[in-house]
Amino acid sequence: MREIVVISGKGGTGKTSITAAFAHLAENAILCDLDVDAPDLHLLLDPVTEEIHDFRSGHEAVIDQAMCIACGLCADMCRFGAIEKRIDGYHVDSLRCEGCKVCVRFCPTEAVDFNEKLCGRWFASGTRFGPMIHAQLFPGEENSGRLVALLKKQTRERAAAQGRSLILCDGAPGIGCPVISSLSGAGQAVIVTEPTPSGRHDMERVAELCAHFRIPVAILINKFDLNLQNSADIERHCRAKGHTFLGVLPHDDVVVRAMMLGKSVTELPETAFSEALRMVWEQIIQLPASRQNNINTLKA
Amino acid sequence: MIYAIASGKGGTGKTTLTASLASMWDRPVTAVDLDVEEPNLHLFLHPEITSEEPALMEIPVLDAERCTLCGLCAEFCQFKALSVMGKTLLLFPEMCHGCGGCLALCPEKALTPGGRELGHILSGNAGSLGFLMGRLRVGEAMSPPLMRQVKLRFNMNTNKDTGNGTGKGPAEETDILIDAPPGVSCPAVNAVMDADCIVLVTEPTPFGLHDFRLAIEAFRPLGKPMGAFINRAGIGDAGVQDYCAAEGVPIWAEIPFSRAVAEAYSKGQVVCQAVPELGGVFTTLMGSMRAAATAARAKRMEVAHA
Repeated sequence: MREIVVISGKGGTGKTSITAAFAHLAENAILCDLDVDAPDLHLLLDPVTEEIHDFRSGHEAVIDQAMCIACGLCADMCRFGAIEKRIDGYHVDSLRCEGCKVCVRFCPTEAVDFNEKLCGRWFASGTRFGPMIHAQLFPGEENSGRLVALLKKQTRERAAAQGRSLILCDGAPGIGCPVISSLSGAGQAVIVTEPTPSGRHDMERVAELCAHFRIPVAILINKFDLNLQNSADIERHCRAKGHTFLGVLPHDDVVVRAMMLGKSVTELPETAFSEALRMVWEQIIQLPASRQNNINTLKA
Repeated sequence: MIYAIASGKGGTGKTTLTASLASMWDRPVTAVDLDVEEPNLHLFLHPEITSEEPALMEIPVLDAERCTLCGLCAEFCQFKALSVMGKTLLLFPEMCHGCGGCLALCPEKALTPGGRELGHILSGNAGSLGFLMGRLRVGEAMSPPLMRQVKLRFNMNTNKDTGNGTGKGPAEETDILIDAPPGVSCPAVNAVMDADCIVLVTEPTPFGLHDFRLAIEAFRPLGKPMGAFINRAGIGDAGVQDYCAAEGVPIWAEIPFSRAVAEAYSKGQVVCQAVPELGGVFTTLMGSMRAAATAARAKRMEVAHA
């Protein structure tokens, strides 16, 4: 079974639209949206939800005002500035609280409760391109890396049980905990970049992250015609670094048109964009199925 | 005043907007890149960097001679950063959140403070513009601790209570423009939580709308004035405008989609300089941001003195 994760470093390069088209072109795949923070793949794949699960992770401190003697020790010890002194006593700012339990453990009157947090929901769904595992972290919540790890575990188990040959994941922007978690154990990273200074800069950082975890990298440039010079430079850079260069896609309004219809671009009448995308997909499935990486699942 | 430029969806134009605002701001201002995972603002502002320092997070270091393997630390740690295995205490520094709990707990003083490099903090200036950025080390999972340290550099008090009795933050003299990371989870909230006003950048597409709604949901509980900046107006539909009208979110400015803007951006140009006819849009936006932040601060002062 092969596992492909589509990432970009920079947001808005076209990851999700491209992943949806890959989902359409792929055979016997299970799909997974690992951008649990701002997921969009479901807007194109229109999943019919079959299972809904709560995602609980971590804890949050709450001060019981009846027990608090206002000694201020918790505020002194909190490294996250999460304890606020207000007129009516000390309070925990839930947005700053990391759930480290220091205030709970050191409070002389045991006035701090430590409640498990409901951080989001995850779903198992069916789509016209196959099953899909996805989630929604509640706005402002943390532990996205743990939710990503949970989704991957669920996806892998179901892929094995259903005899799927491919796991196709839409990743998150950035290089932090959700992205590290989404790369863990993946067989192939596909990086979607664009010929802009930000696109290139962010691609280089996320490619370095993949190298750090020994995940093979394949790169494609979206909107290449916005800047031909930058596109040529990126291609040269990729080849010099030993990454697979998958090709280029033109800037095309078909991406927005497909989004408006809730379709993948390859479901609309053929354009230069979808033609190029099909060729890219042909290349991706030709890539050697690399060994599964033995990376400890990061729970950060 | 502190202004945060944020968005749910990535690639909607946060950095483009921050760079444009910074380059035309008519008061002393520092541009701060808090998208520490993928900082890009420097690619457009080309600041002269005068200082680059590593940012460390305090993590425990073990003195095995002193450790009695009592396991108090491992039992306490919520992040599984310490574990007793046989006759050794194992430390997993990359899991540590730096809470200091184990250091305070250890009865033998076998754990002492050490540091994990989170990344670097760079500062400098571009002409009269101040510049500050955080750059996360590749492989480091946690961006909020680095963001907190960057915020401390511009004296933003993360404890909210500024302690100077005036109700005015120390950032009063110089305005701060924050380029926030995309998304709506902890890094994004961390970037905007100390701002006086939030500009939400979006685009009028189904993805743009969906992530814009998430951002409104995530940031609304902060009780800060928010306004929308619609980039690439004319592509897609009117969903974002309709949603703003229904939710009472003001639309502070719009920029129509144009290939000229996209190409200027691809060359690393600051859009308000490359496409001067857009200057008025940014001036209007600056006025709306300032008015909203001033009104919100006045209201807070009123409440504080009531």
